[in-house]
Amino acid sequence: MGVDAMGPLGIVVGGSLSRGLDVRLGSAEAVEQAKVGTFVTVQGASSRYFGIITDLRLDAADPRLASAMADADPAMASVLSGTSVYSLATVTPMLTTGVAGEAPTPAKSLPGHFSPVHRATNEDVQAVFGSEDARHIYIGSPLDMEDTRVCLDLEEFVKRSNGVFGKSGTGKSFLTRILLAGILQRGVATNLVFDMHSEYGWQTKTESGYSAKGLKQLFPSRVAVFTMDPASSRQRGVQTDFEVQIGYDEIEPEDIAILAQTLNITDLGVQACYTLQRHFGASWLLDFLEQPADELAERLGESPSTLDALRRRLGHLQRLDFMQPHGQGAVKRVLDHLADGRHVVLEFGRYGDDLTAYLLVANLITRRIHEEYRRRTEQALATDGKDPDPLVITIEEAHRFLGPGIAGQTIFGTIAREMRKYHVTLLVVDQRPSGIDDEVMSQVGTRIICQLDNDRDIDAVLGGASGARELKSVLSRLEPRQQALMFGHALPMPVVIRTRDYDETLYAEMSVPGAGAAQGRDKRDLFG
Amino acid sequence: MIQPLVPGGSAARFGEVVEASIERLLGQCHRLYAAPVLGTLVRAGESVYAVVEGIETVALDPTRPIVARGAEAASEAEVYAEHPQLERLLRTQVTLSVIGHREGSDVRQYLPPLPPRIHTFLHVCAAEEVRDFFGDGRPDFASLLIRRGLSAGDDVLAAVLRQAAGAFEAPGDFLLTASRGVAVLLAGDTARLNAIVRRLPLGS
Repeated sequence: MGVDAMGPLGIVVGGSLSRGLDVRLGSAEAVEQAKVGTFVTVQGASSRYFGIITDLRLDAADPRLASAMADADPAMASVLSGTSVYSLATVTPMLTTGVAGEAPTPAKSLPGHFSPVHRATNEDVQAVFGSEDARHIYIGSPLDMEDTRVCLDLEEFVKRSNGVFGKSGTGKSFLTRILLAGILQRGVATNLVFDMHSEYGWQTKTESGYSAKGLKQLFPSRVAVFTMDPASSRQRGVQTDFEVQIGYDEIEPEDIAILAQTLNITDLGVQACYTLQRHFGASWLLDFLEQPADELAERLGESPSTLDALRRRLGHLQRLDFMQPHGQGAVKRVLDHLADGRHVVLEFGRYGDDLTAYLLVANLITRRIHEEYRRRTEQALATDGKDPDPLVITIEEAHRFLGPGIAGQTIFGTIAREMRKYHVTLLVVDQRPSGIDDEVMSQVGTRIICQLDNDRDIDAVLGGASGARELKSVLSRLEPRQQALMFGHALPMPVVIRTRDYDETLYAEMSVPGAGAAQGRDKRDLFG
Repeated sequence: MIQPLVPGGSAARFGEVVEASIERLLGQCHRLYAAPVLGTLVRAGESVYAVVEGIETVALDPTRPIVARGAEAASEAEVYAEHPQLERLLRTQVTLSVIGHREGSDVRQYLPPLPPRIHTFLHVCAAEEVRDFFGDGRPDFASLLIRRGLSAGDDVLAAVLRQAAGAFEAPGDFLLTASRGVAVLLAGDTARLNAIVRRLPLGS
């Protein structure tokens, strides 16, 4: 049945702009069709409103209904349903357009009483979210509208730091993959992915058992896979481009500060690192690990117990095979690739389970990249030259980098806060958004949220969003898989989608040259 | 006597108006006990519609009270047979609630501009006319009955719906539509609505 053939869901009977419209649902069919999160339109006298259903409730005209209806008499039920007992939907109006079909703007007025409410049609969705083009990618479909495509404006998307949240197993990484592939194909930014669980670069098996292609397989000439764990990459048959090794002389006290929580290093220990660096210079870490503590403590005026403890904690680094006395220029290689417009996926292999390794490497590389982008941006400003291409850094377990205690110290906190000033933004993927600093969270431009169970996580992820209370009821009713609530900077209004499948269709679409600078390379991918 | 009104329909005359107000009529039946049943749709003259809300049989002369006569009789019929004057001394009256009228070919479920005159003939409407009057089942007339405050008003309303339903091919559908209309009128009083609905053969 066509959407139009179904008639209106109901009519507006009250409400307010802040609390949403009360819509009395018409037929029994309408009651069942109206789901929380459903995208609807309201036809006012001269404007058309777009909104989503954020709540549903049953109402009765007679306050004594419960006592008057002692037993469930079917005849009485059929008489009362839709007459003196009825369903109300709360529709939060988000956008409005005039009759001439101009671009939607945020709703600042309300449709009058008795305005009919319809489920949104394909055309409505397109009018709001745009259709696929050089900057829009198809990311999913609204609830119960499988043939309709919700598109995301990637150019706007990469202008802010963004977040993909959801508990594990909800399809976060597939969503992230779709986003990354879209960014790659449309050429709106360069990607650097800190691939904790080695799932973005090369193919992985999904929970249902079929294998999903990685970025390198979709765009062989434009993606470089760097690995921290060559053995693991080889076993999985990944074509890697570079084995990353980190030199002790590349580690700075700031890098240790971010590990403080994970390695249980005290503030005094972190302070001692700075003293050690002043004392030993660049090779401070290795020198410190190899020197007896007592003598050093005396020389530096630090307490021996502090240094002992620090040495024990930092001893963890010596168990990481990729640590070398001297760096092999891994950071420079990453930078060169990025400058060349190649996208870098850094696989962690077995170190994916080692939070220390992930934090250390991600922070270390990102800090230098940020410095470089900052330098280039400032240079471009001074010489009226070309700004660097936007860079999107994807990090997982983001709350480890952006927790309230350390967001101020880590480079990720800085990037999240200063936004796109230096053309570097974050794509944070996290299952515990409550662990992320409020200030950082408020800077997250577009939020894509899969199912979350924990109330604190839900509150955190909606923090600072307009209409948070209404969105909460939507969010708490997402299905456990492949459903997401999206809102924020790159979207004109919040929307619940069923995420598109990551399958052959997507592979085929991604192999069509996208718009943007990198078209030539796409052709090379296609035709060798 | 049969008077055709609606094309193809027929209406049976049973009495005439003896008291008339805009809302309420008193009709006297031409024959003793020949009253239409409670809730029947009745047309007074050509244009005024009413429903039977009460039926009574009383002495023609209020100064001569009726006395019991059956002490020796074997059956009730014997009483009437032995006292043929009873047919003349008693009269059956119906009280009618006006619920609508006709303007040309259109039916209106609200009060007419004028009450019928005394001695206007009363007709029981035939099925086709009943369908014509109740139309799509929206009981706009019900508000007249509900607000009149009759002591047995709910019974009358239920009786009207039951009688009307009989004229429709799908009585259940008519009853449901009509009951839902009544439910809107009685939205704040579920107990009363329940009492009405229980008097209807809904779902049977």
